[in-house]
Amino acid sequence: MNTQEKKTDTTTIPRYIALVGNPNCGKTTLFNALTGMKQRVGNYSGVTVEKKEGTFSLGSTEITLLDLPGTYSLISRSPDEKIAADILLGHHGDQGKTELAEKPQAVICVVDASNLERNLFLASQIIDLHIPVIVALTMVDSAEQMGIKVDAQKLSQLLGVPVVKINAPRKTGLDKLLFAIPQLSTSKQTERKWKMPERVEDATTEIQQLLKQAYQYEFPKAFFETLRLLSSDDLHTNGNGSLDNNIRTKLETHFQTFDKLGIDRRAVAIESRYSWIQSVCSQVLHVETVSQSLSDKLDKIFTHKIWGFAVFLTLMGFMFHAIFTWANYPMELIASGINFLGESISAIIPRGDFQDLIVNGALAGVGAVVMFLPQILLLFLFLGLLEDTGYMARAAFIMDKLMSKFGLHGKSFIPLLSSFACAIPGIMATRTIENRKNRIATILVAPLMSCSARLPVYTLMIATFIPNIIVGIFSLPALIMFAMYIIGIVAALSVATFFKKTFLKSAPSIFLMELPPYRKPSMKTVAIYMWERAVHFLSRAGTIILGVSIILWFLATYPKMENATPSQRLENSFAGRAGKFIEPIIKPLGFNWKIGVGLIGSLLQREVFVSTMGTMYNIEDSQSGKSSTLIEKLQNDVDTTTGKKIFTPLVALCLMIYYVLSMQCMSTIAVTKRETNGWKWPAVQFGYMTVLAYVVTFFVYRVGISLGF
Amino acid sequence: MREVSLSTLAIGEGGKVSQLNGADSSLRQRLMEMGIIRGTKISIERFAPLGDPIEINVRGYRLSLRKKEAEHILVHCEDK
Repeated sequence: MNTQEKKTDTTTIPRYIALVGNPNCGKTTLFNALTGMKQRVGNYSGVTVEKKEGTFSLGSTEITLLDLPGTYSLISRSPDEKIAADILLGHHGDQGKTELAEKPQAVICVVDASNLERNLFLASQIIDLHIPVIVALTMVDSAEQMGIKVDAQKLSQLLGVPVVKINAPRKTGLDKLLFAIPQLSTSKQTERKWKMPERVEDATTEIQQLLKQAYQYEFPKAFFETLRLLSSDDLHTNGNGSLDNNIRTKLETHFQTFDKLGIDRRAVAIESRYSWIQSVCSQVLHVETVSQSLSDKLDKIFTHKIWGFAVFLTLMGFMFHAIFTWANYPMELIASGINFLGESISAIIPRGDFQDLIVNGALAGVGAVVMFLPQILLLFLFLGLLEDTGYMARAAFIMDKLMSKFGLHGKSFIPLLSSFACAIPGIMATRTIENRKNRIATILVAPLMSCSARLPVYTLMIATFIPNIIVGIFSLPALIMFAMYIIGIVAALSVATFFKKTFLKSAPSIFLMELPPYRKPSMKTVAIYMWERAVHFLSRAGTIILGVSIILWFLATYPKMENATPSQRLENSFAGRAGKFIEPIIKPLGFNWKIGVGLIGSLLQREVFVSTMGTMYNIEDSQSGKSSTLIEKLQNDVDTTTGKKIFTPLVALCLMIYYVLSMQCMSTIAVTKRETNGWKWPAVQFGYMTVLAYVVTFFVYRVGISLGF
Repeated sequence: MREVSLSTLAIGEGGKVSQLNGADSSLRQRLMEMGIIRGTKISIERFAPLGDPIEINVRGYRLSLRKKEAEHILVHCEDK
């Protein structure tokens, strides 16, 4: 009997628990405190929202914790926020076929004590689901600093669910939270505590019954669907298709009655819920007014007309500088590490195709992938800190007016700025943009920002063909370099405006953004955040980059030609032939087939153009300081049929403009594919950038020619 | 008591929400879920350095919204 009891005891412990809460409520900190490094990040099928799960053990039971995206409500209409509701209500994904995730057996609802009223709105919806719930009360000490004391016991009594005060960073209260889990399944369902006016309640009961009959909805789903219909403008559809005619007629009759009684059907459920919450809060909160909070004092400076910008620009400048320069040291280290590894392997494996494949194909590909890590880690260190301290919301607050002129959100600014260093981390940083269309628009234009990989191309072209004259107080090379950055920015903002007015047009996008109080960042949260991003990049984008670099190596190596100079070999290879093949297409831009080979070779990374050109012009080692010979050779290269020089300053300028605007970076394509969860957007990105680059370069070349350059 | 749009108020001014006027349904729903319903006390905390968006104080937390969104929130404002 005793063993029997024990057995049933362990089987009733919920093994799959969802973690739910508002954004900024301390949910991630709790998730990290409970699961530590035992986390897995994936995607929900068919949507781009990240699915984060972790495990922890309770006695001998292993429990899986699903960290649902932060949301303010379960009746939200935005697709990105629907995830939480869909999973908790057992809806199916947008495609209708695949289930997003298993339905959790219990919920830990995180509630911010310093912002109780609004946090209880979601909590009370969760309680309505009749899933076993524990409320984890966070930010208790920041609430106390604000002069707010919460009576957890009274709150538990009024909500009808266990309430546990926790402090995730200090790990206090976690044991009580864990202790409450096994008792969850035995807690009984209570009647809904908040009530709407009687007529509305009656109508709700009736519609719920009809939905159950018509669609076999279970209780919580029928209730939430009724609430949604109650406030909906569209009575023709429900979650799965068209709405039953009988139900629609019933609803319309009820709505007429509500109108006569002066009941605002769209507001009634929310107002009733909030008025119950207010009565709860008045019983559990003890508020003393305290002097201005530290957060307010900081905001006086951080969002000040002058100081706000000064702080913002300093922070951004520092961040940009760090990504741009600090990352160089580890990147050089990685490069020499890869070189050393290549040499060591060459010493072990005999010369031949296999050695070439390993050293110049696979290892070079690995190098290309790992090379991004320092920038990604640095950027996410800063982003993690900005996010965790609460400054990120202020950055969006400050920049929104400017960005909204181009149809974007204040949150688009940092990803675009980061893209000046490299579009890869920039695109990965767009995750903070909640609105999907704004996020896609930002991802699409991010690669137009002149990244650091374009610099070697600009530098080579400028050093070779742009005379060092002084114009006003600036040198011409500096002006040309600056112009390249400006061209990129203007292009990015115009394209974003165009996209947001056409196929990414959204109903006036909602800005509404919470400005959470400033908090001390948790190094653990930031470290896990950096780790997650890095692993994600390596596992998802890394494999594509590696694959493509081996293909590019193959194209530049085969078919083989014995006893030939490197330039002859490259000319004879598939890449060389492709360069000649595309010559008629790029001729109108002033490019010859050698440049064509450079363009193809640099699909891996833009800076590869310089070394490809080096090989084309028989420079043994173009990377290590001998580029002056390459400059001379480029300057003296003559078209054998016309006798004219191939590279003129105009051609150099055109080549630079082409590099500003074109998508010469398959790593970016890989990351766009990964972040948008499909090939559609990377295809759009590659397509529009190539067309844009071609058209603009063509135009510049023609105008240049007609002006006699 | 006068009924004015939230977007016309200055820093420190505020009142009780009287109605959400003319907002499209998703904005309306979102505003209400964030706690801005009839009778809720709100006040202007500050403006962004470029004048837009606005930061408001509602139910003890800070929310920022664009002026265009604030236009739809009408408040009963005490005359000073």
